[in-house]
Amino acid sequence: MGSADEQHLGTDQGRILIHPLAPPLDQEQAITLSSSNSLGTLPAPTASGRFLHRHETLRGYLLLSPTLIVLALAILIPFGLLFTMSFWSMSGYDMVRTPTLGNYAAILEQPMYGALLSRSLMVAAIATGVTVILSYPVAYYVAFHVYRHKMLWIILLTLPFWTSYLLRIFAWRVVLGYEGALNSSLMGLGLIEAPLQAFLYSKTAVTIALAHAWAAFAILPIYVSLEKIDKSYLEAAADLGDTPARRFWRITLPLSLPGVVSAFFLMFIPTVGDYVTPAMLGGPDGMMIGNLIQAQFGPINNWPMGAALSLVMLMAVAVAGAVFLLLTRLVRR
Amino acid sequence: MAEPQIFNRHNRTLAAYAIGFAVFLYVPILFIPLFSLNSGLYQRFPMDGITLGWYAQLFTRGPVFDALQNSLQVGLSVALLSTVLAVPAAKALSRAVLPGKRPITGFVMLPLVVPGLVFGVALLVVISRLGVPLSLYTVALGHVVVCLPFAISILLPRFEGANRSLEEASADLGENGWWTFWRVTFPNILPGVVASLLLTFTVSFDEFIMAFFLSGTDATLPMYIWTQLRFPQSFPSLLALSSLILVASFALVFLSLWFARMGRTDTSLVSR
Repeated sequence: MGSADEQHLGTDQGRILIHPLAPPLDQEQAITLSSSNSLGTLPAPTASGRFLHRHETLRGYLLLSPTLIVLALAILIPFGLLFTMSFWSMSGYDMVRTPTLGNYAAILEQPMYGALLSRSLMVAAIATGVTVILSYPVAYYVAFHVYRHKMLWIILLTLPFWTSYLLRIFAWRVVLGYEGALNSSLMGLGLIEAPLQAFLYSKTAVTIALAHAWAAFAILPIYVSLEKIDKSYLEAAADLGDTPARRFWRITLPLSLPGVVSAFFLMFIPTVGDYVTPAMLGGPDGMMIGNLIQAQFGPINNWPMGAALSLVMLMAVAVAGAVFLLLTRLVRR
Repeated sequence: MAEPQIFNRHNRTLAAYAIGFAVFLYVPILFIPLFSLNSGLYQRFPMDGITLGWYAQLFTRGPVFDALQNSLQVGLSVALLSTVLAVPAAKALSRAVLPGKRPITGFVMLPLVVPGLVFGVALLVVISRLGVPLSLYTVALGHVVVCLPFAISILLPRFEGANRSLEEASADLGENGWWTFWRVTFPNILPGVVASLLLTFTVSFDEFIMAFFLSGTDATLPMYIWTQLRFPQSFPSLLALSSLILVASFALVFLSLWFARMGRTDTSLVSR
């Protein structure tokens, strides 16, 4: 707290807090001070230790370095190579390393790629939009109307997100299957004569499953931003005669918009490139760009094309995200 | 603290909606344990009869146990590795004055957002160019990348919430940095460490897409389920297996989230 105006002086014995108005101690004094406080049996500070303690920033980077090294090795190098590989080409079973724009040209020229990409963006956007809109009131309820079991509510709402994605999608296959739970109960109730084929292996199935799988996650950022709102704004508005609806439109919604935006991104970006859901529930009609990328690395065995498709997908997501951000800026004005 | 009147009003519609939403989150998943008890081969209503036979059949399947062992090995190593990496990282991100903290945090959180598929193929490309054979080690590497952001986001609020003056008092009393960490800071963040271990274990145990691209001949449990899905006759025992995995995962994550929030007043889970 308030560490900006307090002075931390590092010694090997630890940090000594000095009153902001006191003159700065030098290293020697600091050491004697702290060892006289203790039993005086502490080992003498090493030069490197003193150096590290004095440079808190450096120490911070040192603490971060294992994580950063692992992530740099596992993110930067793979993505660098993926980028390089996207300019390679295939000749039979061998990769040709002469740089070419052939893969990108093919993606631009052949309508199949564009169609799959825009379908993926559409499916992800619809699933994300539906999820964000449907989870907003829940986040609002927990933030403003739950007092006693807030923690339990949040845990229960977010719990499914952390458990097996594969199995949660698998569950939809059980529900939506041709003779699955939904169709058989509709038939049992006499509402339909024969199983509906509309559910499984379609874009709709993929959209429903994606929305359901991510709903638990989308709630979190919205909830956090609602929780942060200073309640005195709302009280002031109420005192000044605003109706609840106007309070919501003029205070709550604008202030929670950052949470809505981050919920959108946290769900939209991963879902565009999802593989499991379309593979399990999509069928030919619900195939997405992720399936095509997987196929390039699997049965089609054209890794350079797969690399190019991955990068094009990321770029498309970035562009779509930028458009979305611009739109929210415009709305906010 | 008296809440002002405007928030205290009970909103039944909103409450009903929130409860309905929560129920909808769980209902599709519940069909897995439900039909795992169904004696018939197909998952349809009305159910053919109740049986525990599919669970019994699981024990006759050797590959299930191999996959379980693989998943446990990977999960435990990933949990340990990512938590050990995340503790100093979270300490640095919450304490030190770091130029470039925001971009660093963004970079560390990147695996949370970038589609797992892209991470999977990018790692696959490097690993195969290096000539390293795909194995449980490569799967674990992928999982560490996936789990690190989760571990850090659980630990970060712990460090931020910890009372810094205790550490300063310890330093004033002559304790060095190392022992101050173990005797003051660590007990403070311990619930977060436990939460991180539990959560990263579960995420790794359940993770599919990295394992799909990076595993060699040894399958993890989700990989095993994936390869068995195309055989309709193995569907019911897969449901039994999935029910067991779901129960274990839900229990572990519940514990983890409970630990993560223990004694904390703020409510952020994903901090940025």
